[in-house]
Amino acid sequence: MQKKKRAKKPYWSRDGLALGARMLLPIAPGMMAFGVAVGSTTAAKGFSFIDCLLMNALVYAGASQMVAMELWPQTLNLSSIAALAVIAGTVNARMLLLGASLRPWLGTLPAWQIYPLLHVLTDPSWIASMRYHREGGWDVSVLLGGSVMFFWMWMIAVSAGYFLGALIANPKAIGLDLVMPIFFAAMLIPLWRGPKNIVPWFTAGAVSLLFYYFIPGWWYVVAGAAVGSIAGGFSDDE
Amino acid sequence: MTSEPHWLVLMAILAMAAATYPMRAGGFWLMGHVPLTPRIRKILEASPGAVIVATIAPIIVREGVPAAVAILAGGTVMYLWRRDYFAMAIGMLAAAGVRALWF
Repeated sequence: MQKKKRAKKPYWSRDGLALGARMLLPIAPGMMAFGVAVGSTTAAKGFSFIDCLLMNALVYAGASQMVAMELWPQTLNLSSIAALAVIAGTVNARMLLLGASLRPWLGTLPAWQIYPLLHVLTDPSWIASMRYHREGGWDVSVLLGGSVMFFWMWMIAVSAGYFLGALIANPKAIGLDLVMPIFFAAMLIPLWRGPKNIVPWFTAGAVSLLFYYFIPGWWYVVAGAAVGSIAGGFSDDE
Repeated sequence: MTSEPHWLVLMAILAMAAATYPMRAGGFWLMGHVPLTPRIRKILEASPGAVIVATIAPIIVREGVPAAVAILAGGTVMYLWRRDYFAMAIGMLAAAGVRALWF
């Protein structure tokens, strides 16, 4: 991980783009397998290729799209379209936390540089970039490079899945379905800063599981992450 | 859905996009209107770990032993050597192995 000794201000650099893209390569196979699944599901639902590309470029949130495909109504009207929007919003509500946590790093940059970038923000590019920032980096290109590379890899994977169907006969057998959680777990290790992490992490897991078991819907990540973060903010350590 | 008028499909896609972008941008926007006190900063600093744990805990209980072993293996490699690629490879290998041999 390269660290440039500069003032604690966000900046852009060409090296950062490459670094950001490189940091996300370990999760590329799993992400692309997921993209293939989204593409083939969208094709099976009868969407045209252009509509499939549009959805992936404009919504660009695989988990919420998969849920929407599952629940896509027989007839589209104002209320069923509103329902689809609510589903997308709730599945993606966790991303509020992602954006919030970027504020101390990116807050001084002009809005026109940040708001377009936020459209291609994903969980993996956020996690990898936050790790980079936590280790002292301020280069925003790291976030941009990883996010943009991810966007194009996703579009390619979705297209391949749309036309070729399920490319991989059994993704589970080679562990592809677990790439995301393994990547997340690996990113968790460098975040360990001693016992003060126990309270937020344990709270996040416990609340997430409680919601997972007892509250219908997709609130568990958002609830666990929000309550865990707040617990971390209010636990006294130093 | 093949019989739908096409503009309704486009409307649905746009509605989903219109609900998703505010989630991506809203947290960043909101924090621009809230003073970044040390407390808020601490909460935000705790969020990457909290998001990770809240995401993977339900996956572990849903997928069971293969997921737990894979995550443990990947995490151990990361702890010992701090090599992302190696951690991913070992984690996936562990998942594939456990599923092939046991579950």
